[in-house]
Amino acid sequence: MVTTAPSRVHLAPTRRVAPWRDVRLRGIAAQVITVGTVAAVVIYCAHNAIVNLEQRGIATGFAFLRREAAFEISSTLIDYSPASTYGRALAVGILNTLLVSFLGIVLTTIFGTLLGIARLSSNWLVQRVTGWYIEIMRNTPLLLQLIVWWDLLRVSAPLPREAFKPLPGVFISNRGLNLPIPVWQPVYLWMLAALVAGALATAVVAQRMHRRQELTGKQFPLVWTGVALILGPPLLLFLLAGAPLQLEMPVLQGFNFVGGESVTPEFAALLFGLVAYTSAFVAEIVRSGILSVSKGQTEAASALGLKPNWTLRLVVLPQAVRVIVPPMTSEYLSLTKNSSLAVYIGFPDFVSIANTEANQTGQVIEVIAILMAVYLTISLTISVLMNFYNRYVALVER
Amino acid sequence: MASIPGTAPQAADQSMIEFRGVHKWYGDFHVLKDINLVVRRGERVVVCGPSGSGKSTMIRCINRLEEHQKGQILVDGIELTSDAKHVEAIRREVGMVFQQFNLFPHLTVLENLTLAPIWVRKMPKKEAEELAMQLLARVKIPEQAKKYPGQLSGGQQQRVAIARSLCMRPQVMLFDEPTSALDPEMIKEVLDVMIELAQEGMTMICVTHEMGFARTVADSMIFMDGGQIVEVAPPKEFFANPKNDRTKLFLSQILSH
Amino acid sequence: MADLAQMQGRPLEHAPLRAWQWARTHLFNGVLNTILTLLIVYAFFRIVVPVVEWALVDATWSAESDRACEAAGGACWAFLESWGRFIIFGRFPYAEQWRPALVLVLFVAMLAVSARPGVRGRTLLAIWIGGLVAVGALMWGGFLGMPYVETELWNGLPLTLILALGGVGFAFPIGIVAALGRRSKLPAIRWLSVAYIELIRGVPLITLLFMASLMVPLFLPTGVGIAKLWRAEIGFALFFGAYLAEAVRGGLQAISRGQYEAADALGLGYWRKIYFVILPQALAISIPSIVNLFIGAFKDTTLITIVGIFDVLQDANTGLNDPAWRHAYVEAYATIGMIFFAFCYFMSRYSQYLERRLRRTGTGPRRK
Repeated sequence: MVTTAPSRVHLAPTRRVAPWRDVRLRGIAAQVITVGTVAAVVIYCAHNAIVNLEQRGIATGFAFLRREAAFEISSTLIDYSPASTYGRALAVGILNTLLVSFLGIVLTTIFGTLLGIARLSSNWLVQRVTGWYIEIMRNTPLLLQLIVWWDLLRVSAPLPREAFKPLPGVFISNRGLNLPIPVWQPVYLWMLAALVAGALATAVVAQRMHRRQELTGKQFPLVWTGVALILGPPLLLFLLAGAPLQLEMPVLQGFNFVGGESVTPEFAALLFGLVAYTSAFVAEIVRSGILSVSKGQTEAASALGLKPNWTLRLVVLPQAVRVIVPPMTSEYLSLTKNSSLAVYIGFPDFVSIANTEANQTGQVIEVIAILMAVYLTISLTISVLMNFYNRYVALVER
Repeated sequence: MASIPGTAPQAADQSMIEFRGVHKWYGDFHVLKDINLVVRRGERVVVCGPSGSGKSTMIRCINRLEEHQKGQILVDGIELTSDAKHVEAIRREVGMVFQQFNLFPHLTVLENLTLAPIWVRKMPKKEAEELAMQLLARVKIPEQAKKYPGQLSGGQQQRVAIARSLCMRPQVMLFDEPTSALDPEMIKEVLDVMIELAQEGMTMICVTHEMGFARTVADSMIFMDGGQIVEVAPPKEFFANPKNDRTKLFLSQILSH
Repeated sequence: MADLAQMQGRPLEHAPLRAWQWARTHLFNGVLNTILTLLIVYAFFRIVVPVVEWALVDATWSAESDRACEAAGGACWAFLESWGRFIIFGRFPYAEQWRPALVLVLFVAMLAVSARPGVRGRTLLAIWIGGLVAVGALMWGGFLGMPYVETELWNGLPLTLILALGGVGFAFPIGIVAALGRRSKLPAIRWLSVAYIELIRGVPLITLLFMASLMVPLFLPTGVGIAKLWRAEIGFALFFGAYLAEAVRGGLQAISRGQYEAADALGLGYWRKIYFVILPQALAISIPSIVNLFIGAFKDTTLITIVGIFDVLQDANTGLNDPAWRHAYVEAYATIGMIFFAFCYFMSRYSQYLERRLRRTGTGPRRK
């Protein structure tokens, strides 16, 4: 057996490493220098900014958020008037941005996925037409597309007096889409609760039935049961309460409609424009996701006797989804950020309102800081949510 | 003969590489346990052992591709520490050939060879190119000078890799499983180059499974297992009469087929 | 509807290529497809044919105002006759417009040469730096008898190209440094890089343009001004720098560790290693992403309208404000759309070609 003999008697003394040659110290020095330079630049800019702001008599700090806004906002989700504060105006803007982004994401996912699947259609015409749609949407600037949508909706729509009336109470004019909205009844709250309860019940039943299928092989008509559980009780409550439905109708007063719910052409243009544009990119992502699932998978599934529908659902789509999720996340973020183009077509989103405030108060730095902070929060939230989903569907690998 | 310090007298100035009480950890995993080793100038050492025994890690510590946490490593009397100048000096004198060749794919063979001499040894371009052509001739592929690595076979690429290291005129050559990624028919051409190199007196430490090569060329065989040097012996003794049980087990496994 | 095997790319068995057979398999296979085919054909006749009539058959190519076009009922391309030149060159002095025209040609030439496969890194850099210097000289003037033209008057298409190419060009050093910094072992540098990249990628371009437009003047010493063009360039450079950093980072990650080790073993040192071994490979790998980034940049330049710079969109709007042509907006926007489409479509085709080529030749040692 080999023994390791003790180290030799005369060990060369470890020389102290000269500090400027030590790799670790060099690393620290590099960091200090970098941080120092960045800090110096920041301080220089800050100093200039303070001097310049003083000269122009512009205040600093966030106190302006409590001042009166004194400007009107055309589309608001919450109550707002020109007497409200700047802070409230920003809140309106944030809500508008979130609304457009959320609806945009949902609609884009649906439309984009359909487009992507259509792009792979065996119908030559369908394939070509969707192909051309995608190419045109992807190769023209979004701003241009938004302008086109906006002009289309405003110019081609009739005046309020001659509004198009597809259904009683529904008016389409160049002021936008005006809809009747139901007046809130107390029973609606119970119906909402019943809806949520039904959804939870469906989830529980689904889990039980899956377990039952695993044990006994018996299948369960989950879809129909789910529909019944979710929609049944609320409907029942509605009928029991005497079917209370009172609609607030939009009425033409002067040049505009009063009452009911309105969807401005700006909002519609922004939403449709964003969805049409982003769907083209989503379609490509979905298409390459489906194609990325190797042919062998489909063939193996067919060999096992699975019908094409089941193959798609159980074999191809789950694997395709894994490939699709990360780039899809980018597209969602992209859509959220692109909603900022609303400022050009006059939809009061967050950027648009922030811009107005910056111009009115001159407090550019504070406003932009708020702007960036809010967008960063939104982006981070979407990324984190998608990351969870990604991990949930990730393949467990060796 | 590569020796464990203290067992035989040797002149200090003849030692090329010395490991003194070297330990290394990856987090909690103790990958090198008390390595003590002296390799003298002109010695050819072959290191073998099961995978995960730390043999690659040990030789990669020599040119600081891995850092050791405890103990000392000396190359030609220069101690390997976090002193940047020492590391630079050692890397100039130590050449390494990798299992995956690692040729630079965007440069021609000639450019691969002349890059380091020009920029590290500050050689004029013409001189570097002459040297490169000489070495390409030595590894028997001078006609490939203007080609890109992607156009060469595996055996040719590895020979270029050897020439590239030799261009720096190193004192020691380290080989980390140089033939393991090659198709069998190309192993011989690379081993031939290595044998020639050994016969010219280059100090070499070679991690390999090619026992035929070891028997031909090595002055010492080192067997490593579990992060420790288990046995050191000249090849004749090593193969015929292994003293340690683990060595016997290993030899029986790799020599059986 | 979608045949799964078809989706996966398996070719249908080749029947003899008779039109009816082909139509049966590609247009009418199955109820859904038949309906769709008929719908599309119907839409074609209802939509496409009238549009073509409007755009070509009934169009007016030369007129004094849009009233004449209304009489004809078709497209008013005569608008371009009056305003086309303004849309492309904006307010650049009329007599000197050969200069921006030359700049356009120069840009196209530079792009065409860069696209050729044999061009290597150093040559490419030389072409672009030389080209940009030439562009600057032509646009500014002030020597050789060419009158000086301030950046305010650089409008239209040349401006779009200058912003896009300049923005991406200045973004290169920023992006490369940020990408390397993100992979650094030194924590302070890594955090600074991550902060920059994630901050910029989390906010819309418009905020950066506002920031650059409104805040940069504040950060400069009192009295020092900076032209709007440069403020926009700074905004673009910062924005694209972050995205470029991610693209280059992808390239850096794709390079095997062995390359880094081989360079270290040869004693090359950090900066030489990056410059000679790592960056050339990383950039080569990330070229398709970079080209896509540039296509996006080209489209994004339209946003400068919002900060008050005269690009093609703004020029078109100016033309539309002319009372004689107020109704020609469809033609105006269609023209701009076509200009962008032409550029972007060919660039994306090129990017796909690059991707195919890179995949075929590969960038590492061919493992047999």
